[in-house]
Amino acid sequence: MRLKNKLIGGSIITASALSVVLILAIIVIILVVTIIGGKDTLSWKFLTSFPTDGMMKGGIFPAIYGTALLVIVMSLAAVPFGAITAIYLTEYAHEKSWIAQTIRFAVRTLATVPSIIFGLFGLGFFIKYVGGGMDHLFMGGQLKWAQPNLLWGSLTMALLTLPVVIVSVEEAIRTVPRELREASLALGATKWQTIKKVVIPGSISGIMTGTILAVSRGAGEVAPILFTGAAYYLATLPTSVSDQFMNLGYHIYVLSTQSSNVDQTLPIQFATTLVLLMLTFTLNLTAVLIRSRLRRRIK
Amino acid sequence: MNSDYKKTAYTFTAESLRKKFRFSEYFAEKLITSVAFLSIAIIILIFFFVFRESLPAFKSVSKTKAQTTEAAVNKPESYGGNEAAAEQKPETYNGAEPSAAPQKPETYTGADSETTANKPESYGVVKDSALSEKEVNPDGNLVSSESSGGEGSLSSLFSNEWYPVSENPRYGLIPLFVGTLKVTLIAMLFAAPVAILAALFSSAFAPAWLREWIKPAIELLAGFPSVVIGFFALMVMATFLQNVFGYETRLNSFVGGIAMALAAIPVIFTITEDALTAVPATYSEASLALGATKWQTAVFVTLPAATPGIFAAVLLGVGRVFGETMIALMATGNAALSSLNPFESVRTLAATIGAEMAEVVFGDMHYGVLFLIGSILFIFNFTLNALAEFYVKVRLVRKIQGRGA
Amino acid sequence: MKEVKIVTKDLTLHYGQKMALNSINIQIPEKEVTAFIGPSGCGKSTFLRSLNRMNDLIPSVHIKGEILIDGLNIYEKKIDVVNLRKKIGMVFQKSNPFAKSIFENIAYGPRINGINDKKKLTEIVETSLKNAAIWDEVKDRLPDSALGLSGGQQQRLCIARTLAVQPEIILMDEPASALDPISTGKIEELIFELKKNYTIVIVTHNMQQAARVSDHTAFFYLGELIEYGKTRKIFTSPDIKQTEEYITGRFG
Ligand SMILES: Nc1ncnc2c1ncn2[C@@H]1O[C@H](COP(=O)(O)OP(=O)(O)OP(=O)(O)O)[C@@H](O)[C@H]1O
Ligand SMILES: [Mg+2]
Repeated sequence: MRLKNKLIGGSIITASALSVVLILAIIVIILVVTIIGGKDTLSWKFLTSFPTDGMMKGGIFPAIYGTALLVIVMSLAAVPFGAITAIYLTEYAHEKSWIAQTIRFAVRTLATVPSIIFGLFGLGFFIKYVGGGMDHLFMGGQLKWAQPNLLWGSLTMALLTLPVVIVSVEEAIRTVPRELREASLALGATKWQTIKKVVIPGSISGIMTGTILAVSRGAGEVAPILFTGAAYYLATLPTSVSDQFMNLGYHIYVLSTQSSNVDQTLPIQFATTLVLLMLTFTLNLTAVLIRSRLRRRIK
Repeated sequence: MNSDYKKTAYTFTAESLRKKFRFSEYFAEKLITSVAFLSIAIIILIFFFVFRESLPAFKSVSKTKAQTTEAAVNKPESYGGNEAAAEQKPETYNGAEPSAAPQKPETYTGADSETTANKPESYGVVKDSALSEKEVNPDGNLVSSESSGGEGSLSSLFSNEWYPVSENPRYGLIPLFVGTLKVTLIAMLFAAPVAILAALFSSAFAPAWLREWIKPAIELLAGFPSVVIGFFALMVMATFLQNVFGYETRLNSFVGGIAMALAAIPVIFTITEDALTAVPATYSEASLALGATKWQTAVFVTLPAATPGIFAAVLLGVGRVFGETMIALMATGNAALSSLNPFESVRTLAATIGAEMAEVVFGDMHYGVLFLIGSILFIFNFTLNALAEFYVKVRLVRKIQGRGA
Repeated sequence: MKEVKIVTKDLTLHYGQKMALNSINIQIPEKEVTAFIGPSGCGKSTFLRSLNRMNDLIPSVHIKGEILIDGLNIYEKKIDVVNLRKKIGMVFQKSNPFAKSIFENIAYGPRINGINDKKKLTEIVETSLKNAAIWDEVKDRLPDSALGLSGGQQQRLCIARTLAVQPEIILMDEPASALDPISTGKIEELIFELKKNYTIVIVTHNMQQAARVSDHTAFFYLGELIEYGKTRKIFTSPDIKQTEEYITGRFG
């Protein structure tokens, strides 16, 4: 009886430990395979030059540039809106009120909506409805805004990353001690003055973490921009928000599935994947470090 | 004594303390409140617009019945080619491409992108159809696409054939559903046990220092973009698994399912871990005090107490897999077959949207059906999320309170 | 006896269903120090925080009765809470300087009142720090972070910060409870100086402190005001037995 017990216990512990090992092994394998596959191609020149020979050779500069623009415009939209929503939830709404509950539910739902749905929404709402309306109003029906571009792609991505920002900022705001708020209010500051001068400065690191995590997410997602702004190939860099853009993740997708000679571009694909992985990895790591410093501050 | 107060230099008077209207205060509050409502508005807007765009799927039914069925006129060649191919032979990296491939390099070498060369055309059409949806369209192209939807009626949604761009398009969603469910099932069969066991190890068996490493490492996997996982599955895993299992089709629901499990594992792990650590320590202490071993406590006390949380974790994992697009696009082969064989290629609902939306003509039936699929995905996901939330909140609270009392 | 500054009439306060203050009637004189004593949880802080309407921040709080300052009911609808708090400063148990420079901590109040002139601010900062008897210790490090000060210095900085808003009443909730004896001594000296110009209400757990600094003492127990009078009287011959037991340390 005792032996049987020991056997069961041993196998359960072993199985659970093996699960952890399996997951970690997969992570390591993905990293190693990507590094091995991409390291020979990856170079400064690869990062800074345009694709050539119908994307068979050359670098990925336009994809890097496009991804950077995408996350910048996206952050400009998502960070203020996310931070303000977080401020509302922590400072204005009563914790138990139905409004706060509904907003929280909406945010959590938003966080689990499949990313392709955001793409559809971007197409149906931004491009067709808003863009079409803008063309109708400002362009006299001429086509300018009712097509995929950087603006619509970024805004679509902003919706996707909004929950990330909200959650991070909210967490940070909650670490601002109540005593500081009371000190400010007791000095005769209004609520908004207190938020502006005490709460927001106190949660800067959280706003930063949120932004970084959102950027990392936005840099890696492809589905939302499939039909809201990403382009296979552009000979020139985008110069306005009404231009299309290239994108690292989309580049990987296109080269690995849509090109005529997948094998020939394999090194480029691996190198691009390596770049994307390093980018998101660095960003996530930074966010984790800032966050753990923040958590230590509370203790 | 009241009269005395007025003598002093500093006094609290009704005048000096009269309520003041502060514009910036008022404005800030109203602005912040309205921005906060945006997240609710977005959810509603998403539902509204995704659903609205799916209306053509229903409209063209009545239209085709009213109009005489025209023969398919100048249907753009490129639309037809790749899908037809996808249905038959999903053999290369991505089955969808072989026949489309010869056409595309042309556009790459061209100075402008394929998309810029191609899209404005189709987007231009949208405007026409949006502005004058009921009128007869003067644009030949659009008419052709509508008439090509001649036999594509709503009832065909329940058919077994997904041939959206053939001469005689059929929009049977059955194969897509079968494919999605197959992939989801395979993914969950792999992800759920692994993630739950890993969470159990991390929360119950691992020493604290190890736990500090396991958690962030697995959360790191959550940070991998799905296109990276898809790429890995496509280039490395597919070949590897084919060599091990020796099946014929390289990209299939099995490969896709395993790849998607990688995306679902961090979700399930994190929430399960939280649920396990949220079980009050008094439970396990009581059990240990009664002489139970560590594993008995973990399996018979902690795990059951955390079931609602684990259930929610699995639900959210299902949601993650169900709506996953890039991995499905890259690793499942994309052939709309409704076989039950896990080693056959499949086309999932999300991947169908991702693959076909860019090629579709605005406002026609195919376009509407893709949005209809989107609505289905959205509603399904919404339900899963609501269910998970309800389950965690109500059950977990009741369970812990009920037992703790 | 000086004039009365604060009067409460049947002040009753509930946190949700739970009563924390039961029908308090008290008259607090101007420009003197009034100490609140009593065992933990008897409602001293709650009462203090009702005086500058800090309790408004807690949604579950319900208040009945009146608090009159200079004869004006501060819970009346048309009273502006923000301006009210400018006239009633508050010093908390745990010193709570902002994560800003020493200068900016003091300048916080004037700035929110719209004073942004650098010269004027410098002047206010200097006066406030001097009045809080901390000027000599910090005058050379005004741009440094306030968090680098010692606990006692931080608490005096918080007092200076309060003075910079030019209140008439200063509420102190156990201002020295977290400090060493030397810092405590400094705070007590400061209180003695401040009462020339300010009405001071102080909560303390330290009997000696109450006896040293205050002119009047109020003893609270279980949300009720048990006894209130001249400090000398309360500490030598209290009328009520509970007060005596508490002061002599036989309960609480
Ligand atoms: N925010 C609150 N919500 C609910 N009850 C509260 C709250 N704050 C205080 N109380 C309760 O009101 C009663 C009075 O609390 P208060 O803080 O005023 O006591 P105190 O006399 O200041 O005690 P101490 O000497 O420990 O500071 C206590 O029973 C306390 O539990
Ligand atoms: Mg207290």
